[in-house]
Amino acid sequence: MENAASQVKGWVEREYRWGFVSPVEADTIPKGISEEVIRTISARKNEPEFLLERRLKAYRQWQTMIEPRWSTVRYNPIDFQDIVYYSAPRGMKDRPKSLGEIDPELLRTYERLGISLIEQKLLAGVAVDAVFDSVSVATTYQKELAKLGILFCSFSEAVHLYPRLVEKYLGTVVPFNDNYFASLNSAVFTDGSFCYIPPGVRCPMELSTYFRINAENTGQFERTLIIADAGSYVSYLEGCTAPRRDTNQLHAAVVELIALEDAEIRYATVQNWYPGDKEGKGGIYNFVTKRGLCAGNRSRISWTQVETGSAITWKYPSVILKGDDSVGQFHGVALTNNFQQADTGSKMTHIGRNTRSTIVNKGISSGRGQNTYRGLVKVLKTAENARNFTQCDSLLLGDRCGAHTFPYIEVKNPTARVEHEASTSKIGEDQLFYCQQRGLSREDAVSMIVNGFCREVIRNLPMEFAVEAQKLLEISLEGSVG
Amino acid sequence: MRNGNPMLSISTLHAAIGEKPILRGVDLAVHAGEVHAVMGPNGSGKSTLANVIAGREEYRVTSGSVRYQGGDLLAMPPEERAKEGIFLAFQNPVEIPGVSNLYFLKAALNAVRRHRGLQELDVVEFRDTVLERLRLVAMEEDLLLRAVNDGFSGGEKKRNEILQMAVLEPRLAILDETDSGLDIDALKVVAAGVNALRSPERAIVVVTHYQRLLNYIVPDFVHVLVEGRIVRSGGRNLALELEERGYGWVQAPEAEGGEEARP
Repeated sequence: MENAASQVKGWVEREYRWGFVSPVEADTIPKGISEEVIRTISARKNEPEFLLERRLKAYRQWQTMIEPRWSTVRYNPIDFQDIVYYSAPRGMKDRPKSLGEIDPELLRTYERLGISLIEQKLLAGVAVDAVFDSVSVATTYQKELAKLGILFCSFSEAVHLYPRLVEKYLGTVVPFNDNYFASLNSAVFTDGSFCYIPPGVRCPMELSTYFRINAENTGQFERTLIIADAGSYVSYLEGCTAPRRDTNQLHAAVVELIALEDAEIRYATVQNWYPGDKEGKGGIYNFVTKRGLCAGNRSRISWTQVETGSAITWKYPSVILKGDDSVGQFHGVALTNNFQQADTGSKMTHIGRNTRSTIVNKGISSGRGQNTYRGLVKVLKTAENARNFTQCDSLLLGDRCGAHTFPYIEVKNPTARVEHEASTSKIGEDQLFYCQQRGLSREDAVSMIVNGFCREVIRNLPMEFAVEAQKLLEISLEGSVG
Repeated sequence: MRNGNPMLSISTLHAAIGEKPILRGVDLAVHAGEVHAVMGPNGSGKSTLANVIAGREEYRVTSGSVRYQGGDLLAMPPEERAKEGIFLAFQNPVEIPGVSNLYFLKAALNAVRRHRGLQELDVVEFRDTVLERLRLVAMEEDLLLRAVNDGFSGGEKKRNEILQMAVLEPRLAILDETDSGLDIDALKVVAAGVNALRSPERAIVVVTHYQRLLNYIVPDFVHVLVEGRIVRSGGRNLALELEERGYGWVQAPEAEGGEEARP
């Protein structure tokens, strides 16, 4: 196995290609959190009173809470007074009316990230909402979507344009007192995406949000709310990157999905925040609460995530299966390298009758990376005939990394059927030699084996994203010739 | 028959696994167009010889030399050897979950083609090539879409090896105990596949414990490996004689003298 070890060492040399900083002038408020800061954020965004009230309520709640310590991730204490809670590219206070008004530097930034905000150059069929630090800078294809009655805009805009929808649904899936990081987000969230699909409408294109952290010492607290009304369908993609920096940056997002009767939401994430350098210095702390509510009968929510970035990942995209015959799915890949740590998985809560859920998680650890799967399948008394299938597989590269599995199961109804399968494997010299004997380099062999391992998850992604995710996994494996 | 320089030339090859010596001075010359059988009892070093030629690192060469097509084979990494036309049909082919057999074959073929300065095959050309070769080994099409060897029966794995050989068109093919675990029908299919690939440009080395396979793949030369040395070489009849008299007959190399191995 000496060889596999030296191969893994090669991984350590991986390059983060999205680590540049954009010279964009920013409107930044002083560091620190207080009621005053929250009032400032709310005022900058011209928010209605109800929202400020909710923020303050969440803030007071947060002050009484303590940081969760139950996960396996270890990090230095976060100094919440050392974080900037609002930073916007200058001139963004009033959102540009057209793409022509956007700072050329911003356009260039997104171009370098492979996301063109110029509509004509966009991948056909993907509408993008681009969030830069604390604000949304552009949303494309809005007009076309509006013809179908689909509302797709930044969260800040939605607050002004559709206050009743926001007020009705915000915080109904992830309440302001849900957990430490969700409460913090509820107090200081800045921007994110909002989407509403009217009854019976099948959204004809992928909706997408691209998150970018640029400013230093800035936290990103995005808030996303997606509502699929009765009988509608939407597929949503989320991508993330950040510059390379020596200090850690906090990203604490909340995403809420609501699917009404017969509606379906598919939500995919390719998370590639800066992971820190090979000594474990810097990188994004990614503490995220993502939850979907299958509110209506026969509704479906599916989460797919590929997590290759962040120094720390702490997230458990979940589904509450309230409607009868509703379906929840989670497919995830988490890759940890160098000193990255991930504690991730899913939570499925069965409330309605004949509800079904699936969890498929693939953890890949290399370097000194630590990868934990944590899952909860909860079947309440009311959930007659609930079904869950969970599969979590771990792949280890080298002998200094770790994989851990914590599957929790709580069943209150005797008709439930809950299945759990788990496996842990190492990329063997046997497999590598077999590939080499057929003419493949060790590097290509590792990449092929890893991609094969993740296939079940990758194939759940929309086509363009699947290609991106595969490339990302390959890049993460670069420089691995043993 | 033996014109020009040998394709593969092994001289006084010694190899070990860890500290344990396995090969203790092997000499062997293989020319293009020839089929050689290397026979021997369990633990005699047959598989080690096959793996050393393919370049597996756990098998440490301690002395001796191996020349292939005039170059120093031992200096080449395994993937270079493969691209230069050396193919090992594995005794125990590994499984690669999630990677389709077809995708794997295409990646391998294109790696070899790039190395030879040929254009990569597009998906349609590739499909046609594979479907044609599939018939050689009487394999079901759906095996192409399944993950490499994942859940394959023993016979399917061995057939899959021969399919890969047929697609990759090696110059030197080494079959490591390809007959083990095959029933007689599967054995015939595999042998027919190999025979179809015999050609004046190609050399084949069949490593086997039993004579049985050699009823179907008839070798030009038979070598008997005992305790890491080739103690006897001969023609087809040597294999038959071995079957009759057992390996005990050749166990004592010094005493027998006679037909010593020739390079």
